[in-house]
Amino acid sequence: MVPSAFFFKATLSFYFLGTAFFLLHLWDREGSASSSEGRAATIQRTAVVLAALGFVCHTVALAMRIRASGYVPFTHFHEAVSFFSWAIVLVFFWVELRYRIHILGSFILPLAFLSLISASALPNEVRNLDVTLKSAWLGVHTTLSLLGLVAFAIAFVAGVMYLLQDRFLKSKQFGPLYDKLPPLDLLDQWNQRAILAGFPLLTVGMISGAMWSQYAAGTFWTLDNPKQLLAIGIWLFYLIVLHGRVTVGWRAKRAAHLAIIGFAGALLIFLTLE
Amino acid sequence: MNVILAGLSHRTAPVEIRERLAIPDARMGEALCRLKSDPIIEEGAILSTCNRVEVCAVVRETAAGFASLTRFLTQTADDLPASRIVPCLYLYAAGDTLRHLFRVASGLDALVIGEPQILGQVKEAFDHAMLHKTTGVILNKIFKKTISVAKRVRTETGVGEHAVSVSHAAVELAKKIFGNLAGKSALLIGAGEMAELAARQLLSRQIQRLSITNRSYERAVDLARGLGGVPVPFEDFVAEMSESDIVLCSAGAPHYLIGVEEVTKVITARKNRPIFFIDISVPRNVDPAINALDNVFLYDIDDLKFSVEANLRLREAEALKAEAIFCEEAEQLSRWLKSLDAVPMIVALKEQAEGIRKAEMERALGKIPLTVEQQAAIAGLTEAIVNKLLHNPLTALKEEAASANGNMVLEAARKLFHLEPTSHAKETAPFEKPEAG
Repeated sequence: MVPSAFFFKATLSFYFLGTAFFLLHLWDREGSASSSEGRAATIQRTAVVLAALGFVCHTVALAMRIRASGYVPFTHFHEAVSFFSWAIVLVFFWVELRYRIHILGSFILPLAFLSLISASALPNEVRNLDVTLKSAWLGVHTTLSLLGLVAFAIAFVAGVMYLLQDRFLKSKQFGPLYDKLPPLDLLDQWNQRAILAGFPLLTVGMISGAMWSQYAAGTFWTLDNPKQLLAIGIWLFYLIVLHGRVTVGWRAKRAAHLAIIGFAGALLIFLTLE
Repeated sequence: MNVILAGLSHRTAPVEIRERLAIPDARMGEALCRLKSDPIIEEGAILSTCNRVEVCAVVRETAAGFASLTRFLTQTADDLPASRIVPCLYLYAAGDTLRHLFRVASGLDALVIGEPQILGQVKEAFDHAMLHKTTGVILNKIFKKTISVAKRVRTETGVGEHAVSVSHAAVELAKKIFGNLAGKSALLIGAGEMAELAARQLLSRQIQRLSITNRSYERAVDLARGLGGVPVPFEDFVAEMSESDIVLCSAGAPHYLIGVEEVTKVITARKNRPIFFIDISVPRNVDPAINALDNVFLYDIDDLKFSVEANLRLREAEALKAEAIFCEEAEQLSRWLKSLDAVPMIVALKEQAEGIRKAEMERALGKIPLTVEQQAAIAGLTEAIVNKLLHNPLTALKEEAASANGNMVLEAARKLFHLEPTSHAKETAPFEKPEAG
């Protein structure tokens, strides 16, 4: 067996188990508030450990891949999706260590697992790029655009969590999920910060894309290319979202909706790219 | 030695009886001395709060001990006939005493389940008893254990979680919306008592600004001075709402003071920052329709009460977990108590052996003239023999006394060695088993 494929499969298994435990944590009726002992804490800790094991395997698999191909390997789908999934799990660990809000894992890890599963269905042979395609601009373009997508995915998750918690508070139905979800204010902040981080990444990603296009095809821009138009559309969308928050108060529930729509759009473009 | 407890609480006695038996701090010393003067009682402590009066004691004979404690309690309220007090009393012995103490200290026997105040009162009761030297080795150990068990229950179960008062529930909700309340501002409309309580709760969470308005401006000024807030004229309260994250309403007006139209304007002015309305007025002063507006959360008194009741049920469920902890800890402590029964026997056995050794030494030394050094060597030799011979039986006594057939083993030892233990545990330092946890 090719070692990199072995680590990839190990990652999939750990993420699968981690997802199962995180979902169990989500539905567990036991409060998670202060008790450090007990079933809820064990489930949650197991989920984090499984995610961590998966993340280590994933890192190894990606590193081996880069060594084998000799370039930042996000030029086809399999690699791009795999990197996306790796990066959102990285963000999850950062939040987990910094804020100790475990419930984020119950949303992020399923997303990472689903991305990886769809990646594994795609061709994944290391391919030799044409000399024309091989350029530092391509690496910069793909990496930054993908990191932008990761940030928008975080905003999306924060938006979904916001809408759930908003609904619980409005309907006055307090289940186990209500106990575990963070305050609305914090979710709105995550949403804003994620978009604030994603927007410049997308901007630089798009500029470097244009530079690469100039290098490979001799032109910065082709207006008849629907993908490029869509990308500009998404960029404008997030620009308006950021502007709207400051000027007309697109925050709270509105911002949560916008983050969900934005990520759906960004994902759509990502999927139509080749 | 037996540990027993007699007492009454809000569960068994009405307040007319509880208040007569309650012992104020000033008279606690006198009461403890009266308790200790009873020859039946070896050690004693009294817990007296507004919800319960309980006496815990160490006695030789359980039945005689119960009679003593009952007499003590009926004498405490000598203007009440004993026939009215006795039916309210509950009596516990052995493991039941320990579990009851644990339950009380953890707040599970309280009026509001899980309330933390009682632990402080248990500590105080213990301090009083220590001060008047009415406790000994056994009660000291039991009280220390009780306090640590209560702390364990608090950290390992959720009996202390979830708000169980209306004002606390309001603050918990505010935290679910705004997270940290520091830096947020609140507006108090009206001067109801419950609104004031909730405002105090908010202030204790470091909210940045509390504005207070009332139909009578003087009243608002008074209240603002008392709470440390800013008075606002009643006509301006709608404008003030735009600056407030939390609006506490208990105005007592006969109609809605705040409607959809006002709140829509407020939300626009706030650029959609969420706003939390708490309406504790009856009849309601905030139109329930505003809850349908985006980023507006409205809770009335019934919503809060409902949340409190739900939280109480959650605490009750957690209490079951605490019971398991009580059983485990009581079991451990009972074993230690039983092992104390071996102490007089061990002391008697050691004394007997030492007596024989000394007598035999003297007899032998009377017959053979020896130097001082030789005498010392013989003394050392005999001591070593006695210690080695006794080592196994003593260890067995210590271990077996705590087991189920401990009494049988003790009886066997008494017969085998013809022992008549006279001293008792209280005067000898008992060995302590290393505590787990």
